Amino acid sequence: MNRVRGKKAFVKQEECVACGCCVKLCPAEAIKILNGLAAKVDRIKCLGCGKCAKECPASVIRLQEVEE
Amino acid sequence: MKKFWYDYLWIASLLYLALGFFNILFAWLGMLCFLLPLILSAVKGTKIYCNRYCGRGQLFALLGGSLGLSRKKDIPGWMKKKWFRYGFLSFFLTMFALMLWNTYLVLAGAESLKTAVSLLWVFKLPWSWAYHGTLFHPAVAQFAFGFYSVMLTSTLLGLLTMIFFKPRSWCVYCPMGTMTQLICKGKSKNCDFVTDETHKNGYSDKKEEGGGYS
Repeated sequence: MNRVRGKKAFVKQEECVACGCCVKLCPAEAIKILNGLAAKVDRIKCLGCGKCAKECPASVIRLQEVEE
Repeated sequence: MKKFWYDYLWIASLLYLALGFFNILFAWLGMLCFLLPLILSAVKGTKIYCNRYCGRGQLFALLGGSLGLSRKKDIPGWMKKKWFRYGFLSFFLTMFALMLWNTYLVLAGAESLKTAVSLLWVFKLPWSWAYHGTLFHPAVAQFAFGFYSVMLTSTLLGLLTMIFFKPRSWCVYCPMGTMTQLICKGKSKNCDFVTDETHKNGYSDKKEEGGGYS
């Protein structure tokens, strides 16, 4: 899998419904649902592939540029 | 990706809807979808039911994702706002209470059993072929008709939002999901949102700039 450098997934946690769709899809197992409240991305593991953002039913995940 | 037994619970969801066509008393099995999420979130403080065991969510993901029956567009902003989610939950619970009241009326003998399923709380569909009598009180069947109505209506709403928006759009306003999240919120009131364990795994609790995304 190609690593998209510089992009990472970010979650708008106050609107996250914690359904867990993103957790299942993440190829890097970089997402967890914390305390049943919201998704949290481990940005060290995140590949920036965007699968989670594409599938998130609430569209609260976005890819943002980060400085590496 | 490795599949587990719980990844096939969508079959149970389909089977549930099918069984209700043949014998309405099977509708009682739907109580599992009501009680399990509540019990699991109350005991574990997580949305493990939604995350792992929800057959309905899996069914929508399958139909909308793999079978391509979804437009995969963003859900309207108002549908994910708290006022809508809590409003829908309140409406849902009110209709549920009304269904329980109708069951009580049959139990008390004030009303006779109505062998109909109501779709979207308004449309009454004749469903008498699925009623073959009961060894118990007719109120048991009345509850089954009412409960099946709830399940069928929510499935229909879920299918509609699956088609128009993303496959699992139902999860955004699912009353059970909203309720379990509220339970989790209550349980984690005294806990830090980001635990030490997550720090070890490389999670960052630093608030990044950009519209509340973190």
